[in-house]
Amino acid sequence: MIKIINLVKSFRGHKVLDGINLEIPTGQITVVIGKSGVGKSVLLKHIIGLLKPDSGQILVDDRDIALLKGNSLREFKLRLAVLFQGGALFDSLSVFENIAFPLREKTRLSEDEIATRVRERLVQMNLASEVEAKFPDELSGGMKKRVALARAMIQEPEIMFFDEPVTGLDPPMTNTVFHLISKTHQDSGYTALMVSHDIPEVFHVAHQVAMLHKGRIIAAGTPEEIQSHPDPMVQSFIHGEVDFLED
Amino acid sequence: MANPIRQLGQRSLNLVQEAGGMMIFLLEGLGLACVPPFRFRRFLQELQNIGVRSTLIVMLTAAFTGMVMALQGYYTLRRYGSEGALGSVVALGLIREMGPVLTGIMVSARAGSAVTAEIGIMRITEQLDALDTMAVNPIQYVVMPKLLAGVIAVPLLTAIFDVVGILGGYLVGVVLLGVSSGSYFSSMTQSVVMNDVNGGIVKSLVFGLTIILVACYNGYYTEHGAEGVSKATNQTVVLSAVLVLAWDYVLTSFFM
Repeated sequence: MIKIINLVKSFRGHKVLDGINLEIPTGQITVVIGKSGVGKSVLLKHIIGLLKPDSGQILVDDRDIALLKGNSLREFKLRLAVLFQGGALFDSLSVFENIAFPLREKTRLSEDEIATRVRERLVQMNLASEVEAKFPDELSGGMKKRVALARAMIQEPEIMFFDEPVTGLDPPMTNTVFHLISKTHQDSGYTALMVSHDIPEVFHVAHQVAMLHKGRIIAAGTPEEIQSHPDPMVQSFIHGEVDFLED
Repeated sequence: MANPIRQLGQRSLNLVQEAGGMMIFLLEGLGLACVPPFRFRRFLQELQNIGVRSTLIVMLTAAFTGMVMALQGYYTLRRYGSEGALGSVVALGLIREMGPVLTGIMVSARAGSAVTAEIGIMRITEQLDALDTMAVNPIQYVVMPKLLAGVIAVPLLTAIFDVVGILGGYLVGVVLLGVSSGSYFSSMTQSVVMNDVNGGIVKSLVFGLTIILVACYNGYYTEHGAEGVSKATNQTVVLSAVLVLAWDYVLTSFFM
């Protein structure tokens, strides 16, 4: 269980997160929705330890991650994997090397075993074996996302973070990526936090949805509860109404 | 009146803060060289990128520098009938000053800018964040091998610069202008002492560390997308060239 308690973060005097309270249940996919620039990625970066809060706590299994240092911080990071918005594949490494990277860094597996696991993940992501010798700049947006997902999944994480996993993809590829996320979740049962503004697709993968607006969580519940939520802000966002989007 | 003073004060504070940040960054980078994993392969890759790939441009610059020094030196020395001292003039000029300084400036222009652009792009495309979330320290994986490679590569490139420069001077002084080959080399061996060589080595070590530190720091703290990378790269070339010249004065006054 991940618990976020009264999380506050400001950048140059501007309060981006203004007292976030949220619980992310173990083994479920929680999606944080909200319009662009509202601070969804900032929230995610706090939970993965890339940003430190001004105040508040993030508890993972009742341990405050802001207080983790040295080996305990490393152990926490070994439990998680992140699918970044742009994939964050290493430009200088081939697809194969990118997917193998976490295994080479975190484990003492033999090269044969690493190769076997990389190829299994390529198959799982519906990527042809010819792709493995290519470099990230030779891949389409959808392929990059799938390679990045393969790199995240090869770590067999307990906790997965998805930062806008389908931004910039066409509708078929959007559905493919969401399908792969659902499939890998069914296989592995990881706890997941996804930030996204892709409505209504996120309702198909989420167990819990929370809406972030003006630095606060204004609604949280099952996808059904959010879709019928009485708050006009929530309704305005999920129906993509113009006046709200230009607010 | 208060406003410009406040601005000056703010800028001074920012400068001190930046210098302090850079020192902490350097200490962290060098400190991580002493703890496993040692990243020897990454170090060799960076030695190739920073050192081997700068060799040609350094040799080219060295050849023309030696040639022009011989040309200028010859016509000045001829007025006093001392053409035989040409080898000494060329070698001392190269070993003490021109070698380390021009090598530093060429490495900053070729490798320093590339290092900033590479790390800056890694920053804006979240590759550094990706390393961090995989429990891989980005400073240890990306920065530390470059710092070590800079410290090793620049003195070696400076040595190449000195040798090629002396040969360039030989080409102009001996082959084209007719100075005797024996006096070119004998004046050189008589006037160049070990202190001159040591001074050049120390300078090149300091320049190498400075250039790659500035390049890595600017890349690591790049902000604001592609424009930020462009600004950081530009800043690296300008700042490292100025620092090389400033360090040169400080170190020369120390060795004199």
